[in-house]
Amino acid sequence: MADLTRYTAAETASAIATGEVSAVEVAQAHLDRINAVDEKVHAFLHVDTDGALEAARAVDAKRAAGEELGPLAGVPLALKDVFTTKGIPTTAGSKMLEGWRPPYDATVTRRLKEAGVVILGKTNMDEFAMGSSTENSAYGPTGNPWDLSRIPGGSGGGSAAALAAFEAPLAIGTDTGGSIRQPGAVTGTVGVKPTYGSVSRYGLIAFSSSLDQGGPCARTVLDTALLHEAIAGWDPMDSTSINAPVPAVVAAARHADVKGMRVGVVKEFGGEGYQAGVMQRFNESVELLRSLGAEIVEISCPSFTYALPAYYLIAPSECSSNLARFDAMRYGLRVGDNGERSAEEVTALTREAGFGPEVKRRIMLGTYALSSGYYDAYYGSAQKVRTLISRDFDRAFGDVDVLISPTTPTTAFPIGERADDPMAMYLADLCTIPSNLAGNAAMSVPCGLAPEDNLPVGLQIIAPALADDRLYRVGAAVEAALNDKWGHPLLEEAPAL
Amino acid sequence: MPGITREEVAHLARLSRLELKSEELDHFAEQLNDIVDAVARVSEIAAEDVPPTSHPLPLTNVMRADEVRPSLRPDEVLAAAPAAEEQRFRVPQILGED
Repeated sequence: MADLTRYTAAETASAIATGEVSAVEVAQAHLDRINAVDEKVHAFLHVDTDGALEAARAVDAKRAAGEELGPLAGVPLALKDVFTTKGIPTTAGSKMLEGWRPPYDATVTRRLKEAGVVILGKTNMDEFAMGSSTENSAYGPTGNPWDLSRIPGGSGGGSAAALAAFEAPLAIGTDTGGSIRQPGAVTGTVGVKPTYGSVSRYGLIAFSSSLDQGGPCARTVLDTALLHEAIAGWDPMDSTSINAPVPAVVAAARHADVKGMRVGVVKEFGGEGYQAGVMQRFNESVELLRSLGAEIVEISCPSFTYALPAYYLIAPSECSSNLARFDAMRYGLRVGDNGERSAEEVTALTREAGFGPEVKRRIMLGTYALSSGYYDAYYGSAQKVRTLISRDFDRAFGDVDVLISPTTPTTAFPIGERADDPMAMYLADLCTIPSNLAGNAAMSVPCGLAPEDNLPVGLQIIAPALADDRLYRVGAAVEAALNDKWGHPLLEEAPAL
Repeated sequence: MPGITREEVAHLARLSRLELKSEELDHFAEQLNDIVDAVARVSEIAAEDVPPTSHPLPLTNVMRADEVRPSLRPDEVLAAAPAAEEQRFRVPQILGED
């Protein structure tokens, strides 16, 4: 039998539906793969062997009973450890939640289960999704399957690495400033940040509520679309959930045609600070789209150069408020409760012991930005920049259907290189942040290897809010053309683990 | 903009309920200074007449129907608590002894 871990999600679902393989065989193949390679990759924080096999058996039983299976029934998935899973450890990469078993499922978790998706386990991430390398995990870093000494991106490095290491064909991430797209770019996988509000945040442990958005990750554009449809949609449990139909992303992924589309190249993303090989692959992608019939236009979005500073005021401000809930009283870690200390002292001792340095930095930065003397200069100004960025997008989308840029300025950097240099680390999200601030939709799709280091480069595609289908149309066209050119998917060039 | 001093970090840590160690204060002061220097650029284009955006969606007062529905089970919730007693969260003292 062919190696089941090499199947796409679409192929897997179809093989299960026709009875070519059982869901249990598929789950077992992936659990075996995790056993074989995850000691080196460390994509998973928790592998739920029993739960995965049980879910797979349920799919096989449904099929045996003649019931209709959903489009992803029996397909294994790696879930970022920031979504709650009832009875299964959920840490958000933090010591603060070590050993916590949530009493409820996130809406995303529930929808996956209802779709018959087999959740293999929970993936490693930067603590509370704050970081661009997964080095901020309290449980140790994850290696990039292309080069284990390099970062897999972050904060969703575990989810992206699990895909690139063929430990799972599907994964879920969350994207607050690029945490789906940047890991996708540096691991040669596909990741989508859907329109803000289209995937429920209920049960997503909050970092920055006006920016956080769950989304799909996979090795192909079509698989990403199938997962997108499975998790998106209105949820009364999330008051910021959009009550509108989910765009037809699967149909768009199957309609890989950009003829006549107007594609804007963001002028501000490129030049100094961008790796030569990244720009080379990006420029080739622009020419590729032109050759496929797209009309290429250069678009200037002058306020985008202020997106990074605005983000590092808004996100820490919201985080300083959101993470106040970790007070050592109702769940999670409690330190120093000796019967004499006050609740407030125990809270402060617990937060000192339970949070890592990046989380502490951001909590204090946010507290500073929101304090009375500085509010207008920092948080207030950042909110105005947010308006200007949205206006730049509105202007651009008045002229073009999608915008494109490199997803990241560089390929995967070595583990440790930026670990104690926050500003250098923050630059990894330079091109991804504007979409979070505006709340629109964006994808990273692989566009080749940088010649100087043979590491993956991502092409970012940005579409207006609720036009997520355009991402899939363009992404699928790029993917198909590049696969034809290379004769195989990019990941086939990844070194064997 | 004024720089962030060691004393200011200590104050921020108190407000943030973080019992920072002495050696952390200097390290964070230096890093927070670098970050604040870099992000202060936002004021360059934040003109008077630009309205602020706090959220990507123009939502106000999203209501749900006022209906009785099941809540989480108390025993399952308390099972995850650091300490529980008589179906309640047990917490350290919140009022002074005297």
